[in-house]
Amino acid sequence: MSDVSLSAVTVAYEGRPVVRDLDLAVASGEWLSLIGPNGAGKTTVLRAITRLVPFDGDIHIGGRAVARLSSRDLARGVAMLVQEPQMPAGMTVSQYALLGRSPHLGYLGKESSRDRRIVRDVLRRLGLDELASRALDRLSGGERQRAAIARALAQQAPVLLIDEPTTSLDVGRQQSVLELIDQLRREQELTVIAAMHELTLAGQYADRLALLVGGRLVAIGPASEVLTEPAIAEHYRAQVKVIEMNGSGTAVVPVRR
Amino acid sequence: MLGVKLFSTRVARTPVLLGGLPRLPWAWAAGGALALLASCGVGVLAGPVHIGFGTVTQALLAPIPGLGAGISVDPGQANILWSLRFPRVVLGVLVGGTLAVAGAAYQGVFRNPLADPYLLGAAAGANLGATLAIALAPGTSVFGVNVIPLAAFVGAGAAVAGAYALGRTVTGLRSTTGLILAGVAIAAFFNSIQSYVQQTQTSSIRQVYSWILGRLVTAGWDDVLLVLPYVVLSVAVIFVHRRLLDALTLGEDEITSLGISVRRVRLIVVVAATLGTAAVVAVGGTIAFVGIIVPHAIRLLVGRSYRVVVPLSVLFGAAFLVLADTAARTVVAPAELPIGVITAFLGAPFFIVVMRSTRGAPL
Repeated sequence: MSDVSLSAVTVAYEGRPVVRDLDLAVASGEWLSLIGPNGAGKTTVLRAITRLVPFDGDIHIGGRAVARLSSRDLARGVAMLVQEPQMPAGMTVSQYALLGRSPHLGYLGKESSRDRRIVRDVLRRLGLDELASRALDRLSGGERQRAAIARALAQQAPVLLIDEPTTSLDVGRQQSVLELIDQLRREQELTVIAAMHELTLAGQYADRLALLVGGRLVAIGPASEVLTEPAIAEHYRAQVKVIEMNGSGTAVVPVRR
Repeated sequence: MLGVKLFSTRVARTPVLLGGLPRLPWAWAAGGALALLASCGVGVLAGPVHIGFGTVTQALLAPIPGLGAGISVDPGQANILWSLRFPRVVLGVLVGGTLAVAGAAYQGVFRNPLADPYLLGAAAGANLGATLAIALAPGTSVFGVNVIPLAAFVGAGAAVAGAYALGRTVTGLRSTTGLILAGVAIAAFFNSIQSYVQQTQTSSIRQVYSWILGRLVTAGWDDVLLVLPYVVLSVAVIFVHRRLLDALTLGEDEITSLGISVRRVRLIVVVAATLGTAAVVAVGGTIAFVGIIVPHAIRLLVGRSYRVVVPLSVLFGAAFLVLADTAARTVVAPAELPIGVITAFLGAPFFIVVMRSTRGAPL
């Protein structure tokens, strides 16, 4: 059971609400993508789930209230892949991924051979075993993204939150990263909540999309229902063509005004 | 427990071969231990009265039951060794090792390569405390302990506590920048009072300057015993935080989402590093540069992980300070140079050589 539920969640920065009265239910093993224009509150929702920002309302993971979990228990339940992970210069891929085991160690704990074995298996699974000894600052953009995923997976949390997983990647790498996350989700029954800008990719990989505007949920459902030309024109102020691709998902193509 | 219950990964029962994990290179650890031993040897042998290696060895063995039986050492030489040179070298080890490891800890906690153990005002506080003691209560003792180191210890602790309280009020410790700026403000305030006291008490200016530039003058083992508990506690706490100091190199959100309390780690490590710094500053003055160059030289030459930087900083910081102190008391003997002059004079060119020879390594 790794379902996530948000009930009447409100987050305010300096008195100004950025997420308002949000209700969301994400089933165990589901991929939900949060979409919406800049400032819609997508990242803030992810930050509230990991308690990085204070919130009003209730957030439950696997039936347990996030507010009442210890930091370590929360980190065992939820892994977060931030938009631009900080990659310390000189740190190796394996050392970086091993930090993902922190929630399973005591405050001054030391990694055991089991922790190292888990990280080794994760690196192998992500095709990073050859790069285990390489410094993070010597990796390509795609390799860095995979290293960040490795660190999150080493956490062994059943819920994976991802903030803009494809930023600054070319279209090929965008696809590879999302395919990889989807494959891992299926293999390990992860619940994935991803904040995404790229609407076509968001629609192709997610089971459902949640469209946020001004911190409010305005639509939720499969891509074919949420990604409509009128909705995108209204909320993004963008002129697009939405194309159904015969079983290959929905494509959103910008059209010059 | 949530993740453990909900998530299952098949873990292969095969030998764990995970490359790229930071390990303390034994060659460097052995090199550090040898450097420390050699510098202690030089420190004990050097001095206005010539005492040979054999005599030093005999003097060391003589008090040991069993081994020392039948060994006789000239009482005058034994007195010089046990009352002056041995305690001074041991004090140099404690001061150097602590300043270097406290510098490494501050750099880790504040994620700032320019951080040194005096970042939050420890030096300014110690200087003010010592200046007040020298100017207003010269030669006073409290419970048999000279008042100068006590005043310096209290001053250093008060300055850092003040900076921490101010930083907490202003930014709630969310950012290290707020804390650093609070340290700058507190240091400026303490320095202004110190300058005022110094200017109004001109008869003690020379003694105040001598103290500020650092000098390991010992009254035997008293100073060693005075700082030892603080140094041991400080180094031990920093030592067990090596993994967490590595974790602090990640972004704040990432660390927090790993279940690590950044504030807790920051508070514990800063308190430990400050305790050690205040103790050694109390007996050695504000010796500059050791807390910056030693950890950085290790990062450039050996590696950036705190699993490497912390233990090697203790060894090489101690060795460096014992050598610097030996130079300080022998170069213009019978007079003594301030040790801060030597650490900067020897340390700066060495560090420049290290930086030039490791071009391209991440700083």
